[in-house]
Amino acid sequence: MLAFVLRRLVQAVLVMLTVAFIAFMLFQYVGDPVTNILGQDATPEQRRQLRSDLGLDSPFPVQFARFVGNAVRGEFGLSLRQGRKVSSLIAERLPATLELTLLAAVLALAIGIPMGVYSALKRGTFASQAMMTASLIGVSLPTFLIGILLILVFAVTLKWLPSFGRGEVEAFGPWTTGMTSVDGWRHLILPAITLAVFQLTLIMRLVRSEMLEVLRADYIKFARARGLSDRAVYFRHALKNTLVPVMTITGLQIGGLIAFAIITETVFQWPGMGLLFIQAVQFADIPVMAAYLCLIALIFVIINLVVDLLYFAVDPRLRVERTSLAH
Amino acid sequence: MKALAPWLLAATLSLAAPLSEAITLRVANQGDVQSMDPHSLNESLQLSFTGNVYESLVERGKDMGLTPALATKWTQTSPTVWRFDLRPNVKFHDGTPFTADDVVFTFKRAAGEGSDMKGYTNPIKEVRKVGDLAVEIETTAPYPILPDTLTTLGMMSKKWCEENKAERPVDRRKGIENTASFKSNGTGPFRLKERQPSVRTVLVKNFNWWGKSEGNIDEVVFTPIGNDATRVAALLSGEVDVMEPVPLQDVERIKAAGLNVLQGPELRTIFLGMDQKRDELQFSSVKGKNPFKDVRVRRAFYQAIDEETIKSRVMRGAASPTGEMVGAAVRGFQPDMNKRPAYDPDTAKKLLAEAGYPNGFEVGMNCPNDRYVNDAAICQAVAANLARIGVKVNLMTETKVTYFPKILRRDTSFYLLGWTPITVDSHDVLSSIMATPTDKGQGQFNLGAYSNAKVDELTLKVQSETDQKKRNEMIREAFRIHQEDVGHIPLHQQALAWATAKSVQLTQLPNNYMYFKWITQKSSPK
Repeated sequence: MLAFVLRRLVQAVLVMLTVAFIAFMLFQYVGDPVTNILGQDATPEQRRQLRSDLGLDSPFPVQFARFVGNAVRGEFGLSLRQGRKVSSLIAERLPATLELTLLAAVLALAIGIPMGVYSALKRGTFASQAMMTASLIGVSLPTFLIGILLILVFAVTLKWLPSFGRGEVEAFGPWTTGMTSVDGWRHLILPAITLAVFQLTLIMRLVRSEMLEVLRADYIKFARARGLSDRAVYFRHALKNTLVPVMTITGLQIGGLIAFAIITETVFQWPGMGLLFIQAVQFADIPVMAAYLCLIALIFVIINLVVDLLYFAVDPRLRVERTSLAH
Repeated sequence: MKALAPWLLAATLSLAAPLSEAITLRVANQGDVQSMDPHSLNESLQLSFTGNVYESLVERGKDMGLTPALATKWTQTSPTVWRFDLRPNVKFHDGTPFTADDVVFTFKRAAGEGSDMKGYTNPIKEVRKVGDLAVEIETTAPYPILPDTLTTLGMMSKKWCEENKAERPVDRRKGIENTASFKSNGTGPFRLKERQPSVRTVLVKNFNWWGKSEGNIDEVVFTPIGNDATRVAALLSGEVDVMEPVPLQDVERIKAAGLNVLQGPELRTIFLGMDQKRDELQFSSVKGKNPFKDVRVRRAFYQAIDEETIKSRVMRGAASPTGEMVGAAVRGFQPDMNKRPAYDPDTAKKLLAEAGYPNGFEVGMNCPNDRYVNDAAICQAVAANLARIGVKVNLMTETKVTYFPKILRRDTSFYLLGWTPITVDSHDVLSSIMATPTDKGQGQFNLGAYSNAKVDELTLKVQSETDQKKRNEMIREAFRIHQEDVGHIPLHQQALAWATAKSVQLTQLPNNYMYFKWITQKSSPK
């Protein structure tokens, strides 16, 4: 177990270094922050000066080593665009993204699983057919389009919900939340739905197919033969076994949610990390882009690690195999 | 819809203003103001917004003419010395009186480390206090447009900056944040109440302002909304009162919804430039020589471009085609010279044949795709036009972030650029775009290195000539030569497009500045 964790940790470090390197390489081609900072009217002398002050004229390996050294300490310097610390910018934006992602994940699970179970059990009925069709639309429509459509219907036409921003937020120390006010919730609804739709339909389809598979298994037949109630068969035996792959996928998809959040945040002007990243890209704000990419990579690596460990916890077979090998 | 926090009402009403309720204006823009520091970034949104909080010595009025602001009067006492008399009884938002010390301090700050306003302070040799309410500004050489260049330089309080360790604008290189980036203390009609970068910035009326406000806005909530569709939706759903820029394809829709769209020509001129320096073009099928060195080729290109169609199709009417490198609002604009040679592919073809290219040639073209209104589409139209005279254009469009470094290295044969003379004076265009590039900054954006000794000479003369009539003649002559040489191919001035709710009345300036003191909002029935 310990050896396994250690191996995973070494792999994680390698992954992080690779991401850092790729990110760093990309930045060499992204553009010139000097022009952006100084504007069009600077003299060549001013440009040279800034270039050397920013360390952009040092050799490549030196720049990379400096970058990794600082990154490990969470220090990415000042945003070239805003003149503020990247670490504090990210800390400011993180709550907004996490709040949105969390709500979307909860929505996806709370609606996706029951829908999946239902459409598996009531195969062929009109309701489950309708769900399947709707889920196909959900999977195929791009996020930005869903967002725009929701805005068009609920903000412009019906005027029920706001079209942009986070609304009123309350601060608890460094954490800010919109979940304590009606206004905050009103602002959360549309972006959360937009972000959840893809995950929701994915989970629903996954649960359905897993469930169908499990329902054909021998132990379900035995359970029925024992005279167990439908409820016990479906929810205690079938659904429980279905959830193992669902858990894995959901864990991995949380990373995906954060990635999709970039689009949702752009459409709804949601002041989270994704929006920060997009704005950074448009300005070639290298420190912010570097910090964002590294942070996202870190989140993915951690989630993967946790999911691997969860396998151990959830699936007894893994443990059994190991011990049997030891014999 | 316009729910106001009760405490805000209380706060604004406590000053016994004869108002039944505070009027809030909600403004959305494509981007955010980067900083509250008036010296940290020389960019129009930045200066426009902070221009409501900080004021300059001289300001631009609704007709773009100069009007007194923190200076009541200015006179040129010798060719290089100007005296500015300061407005008495002006107080900063924290109550400190505004004096000559603050002016001297501000110029020092703007000329120092970390400032992006050095372009305006470079010609200045010294700023001297000559009394509590008067300063003298000495320039290194005669500089007749000095007052024009001071209209965007916000005056800061010496005391406040020193107390807040903000004697310099933020230095992004040193990694130390700066109070002036998120707090402010100006003399303007509005003061900063709340600042959440990229989320919202709130200004409230300064009841102790020296001037008389023409508008009736008590509070301004500024929100950046980057996505075009969302910004339009926010306006249509009544969540914002003013927004800009309006995407061209949505202009009709917004009008149809009963809202106002204000379109006016911007100061910026969009033009094409050609490499006239290299002996062989970098990106062309022609080897051993540079076709752009031949004025007939340049003229052929000019006459092959159908600007009227670009205007009507690509720009959906929101452009003013131009034959001059400056727009009508710029000093030195020559109304009678604003004519483009006729669009005439046949003549163009003949000119090309005379120059020795009867079958045309291939040339690479560089173009940004996110800097100017429909920039990439304009380039595509130009490429299609040129195909008709046998010139095959290999078009490369890219984001501004990679585009500008490339063309500033002059790695281009044929490019599109837009230019706004920040001083609203033709000299800026002469010296940045038309003069032969030197390492002293002259001709810095003359990326194709158009060069004519006569134009260079006139540019120098225009810089120091104080007689406006003579000066105008010189500008005219330089423009005439440049036009004859087809040094660049001007295309159009793009239109500014702002949209507002029906209840809002405002003034749009051609430099895209939005002064909240000029905005009136009729209270709409709830």
